[in-house]
Amino acid sequence: MSLQVNDLRVYYRTLAGDVKALDGVTFEIADGEIMGLAGESGCGKTTLGNSLVLLDGRMKQVGGTVMLDGAPLPIADFNEMRHFRYRDISIIPQYAMSALNPTRKIGKMIGELLESRDVRYREIRPELERRLGLVGLGLDVLQRYPIELSGGMKQRMVMVVSTLLDPSLLIADEITSALDVSSQKAVAQALQSFRDQKFVRSMIVVTHDVSILYQIADTLAVMYAGKLAEKAATDVMMQRAKHPYTRMLIASLPEVGVRYTEHKLTGIAGTPPSLLNPPTGCRFRDRCPLAIEQCAEEPPFVEVEPGHSVACWRADDVAAPKDSVA
Amino acid sequence: MLTLDRVSKVYKVGAFGGTELPAVRDVSFTIAPGEVVSLIGESGSGKSTIGKMILRLIGINGGIITLGDTNVATLKGAALRDYYREVQGVFQDPFSSCNPIFKVEHIFSLVRGVYFHSLSGAEWRSKVAEALGAVALEPGQVLHKYPHQLSGGQLQRLLVARALLLDTKILVADEIISMLDASTRIDVLNLLGELKSRGLGILFITHDLSLGNYISEKTVILRRGRVVEMGETSKVFGNPTHPYTRMLIASVPQLHKRWGDEAIADPGPCRVHAASPSGPAGTALLVEVEPDHSVACFRIDEGVPC
Repeated sequence: MSLQVNDLRVYYRTLAGDVKALDGVTFEIADGEIMGLAGESGCGKTTLGNSLVLLDGRMKQVGGTVMLDGAPLPIADFNEMRHFRYRDISIIPQYAMSALNPTRKIGKMIGELLESRDVRYREIRPELERRLGLVGLGLDVLQRYPIELSGGMKQRMVMVVSTLLDPSLLIADEITSALDVSSQKAVAQALQSFRDQKFVRSMIVVTHDVSILYQIADTLAVMYAGKLAEKAATDVMMQRAKHPYTRMLIASLPEVGVRYTEHKLTGIAGTPPSLLNPPTGCRFRDRCPLAIEQCAEEPPFVEVEPGHSVACWRADDVAAPKDSVA
Repeated sequence: MLTLDRVSKVYKVGAFGGTELPAVRDVSFTIAPGEVVSLIGESGSGKSTIGKMILRLIGINGGIITLGDTNVATLKGAALRDYYREVQGVFQDPFSSCNPIFKVEHIFSLVRGVYFHSLSGAEWRSKVAEALGAVALEPGQVLHKYPHQLSGGQLQRLLVARALLLDTKILVADEIISMLDASTRIDVLNLLGELKSRGLGILFITHDLSLGNYISEKTVILRRGRVVEMGETSKVFGNPTHPYTRMLIASVPQLHKRWGDEAIADPGPCRVHAASPSGPAGTALLVEVEPDHSVACFRIDEGVPC
């Protein structure tokens, strides 16, 4: 078991009170698993990724534990985390395009980064060259400044740099969102090949674009308002998602071939609740067409079949054909 | 009817504007009332430049844009103001399109100051209510709020409502839903569909092929400032002919079909070349492959005959 997160709670401290961005999240990622994490903006998906790497000054861990490869990961301890960061757990940040130091040539920047981890650049250089070749970058990029690279090239560069020390877990945060469709495909497929080549053991891919996740992820987790709504294998999620939110989210995505004139899609009415004072009970119930009285109590995140967990009182009633809810 | 006829734009870049960067080259298409035209291209293809030229935010260097019989480029003063009565734009980031220190009410009343100073207060309020109703917003819930108190989807619909206050005939929608969440973006997209049935002509600028396919009647595919393929949406998506269009469509992530390893089907010989063997290569010449569906030379960017 590569990563186990148990009841993790991470709040943002603000003047108005604690913003409960992660409020009891429990999941596991197996060796070699690519987990896609989807949800609306502000649901806490980026916070989940960031909190496993670096809790900044505004964030505090209020509860829960994280285990990486059987050992506890001290996410609340900035200094202790130094031993894990980059070596065992690495992140491709949301704005990877601007993650490269603009005043350094890329080769020099990588050298400095490795030095800070006590790794000799010269020793790792052959491996670096091999991996650049794998993502279709020439060696000459090492002699260039970031500004000389296109967005897609920078994105692939950051991917290579982030995974250079073969981390156990890689977090890729919205890395395809700013790219054109053709480079999106190249980057997404490169992620998958990194896993296949064992450069990274397992991966969390955070994005709001479910169709990209369908292409590359083994399992899919959907977050809503600081909690996990559902997690299952990607195909199971597409065929028989049980949470109404998951179904409505999937049903609202236009695909090539779906036309307004023939098949009108619908969105989800309403907006997610504020995480400053989140409502008790199921947080989706105000927007949920299936809400009943019981939904005022908080639904537990339980396994309904092997590898398929869902937090909904009415999960069993949603098993009907896909269109009944959406 | 808004018509673009061989429109070009060259940006001057570099020190003292010494380098010329052709952003749009010989683009021609029309937007009819009650029609959504999607303009699809990757970054740097010139799609936003075309939108800005239609909105007169930047000048044009070649060709002509006409609304009905009026040449848009020469409009001045009152005539330009009347042009904006009919042609309006909505852009990607709704928050930066609004002055953050004004309440929504005030944002709307700026329009009144320019176009509707003869209306009485009551008439104005009913006009605003009508425009908000068209985008499914409650006046009471939004008018007294500041932009940051609204969600992105609400604000984007609000901006569409602002454009509708005038007798808008053409709406330029530049990536208006790229920033919205999946659950709300479809509502804004459906709103465009409703406006279309009320006779509005819409230029829907996007990089997302599935959104363009969903909403539009006509599709224009741009690459490096040139039209590579255009025509009826069902024909462009159902029978993509240009190798570039085929590559784009094959790259789109689908929900129920994974990216295959199979090679993109061979597009066959260049249609432009087949139609006129001695024809000029690398021009914006389009050849009709079927009614209402035309394609450019397959090697349009390489400047060599195919």
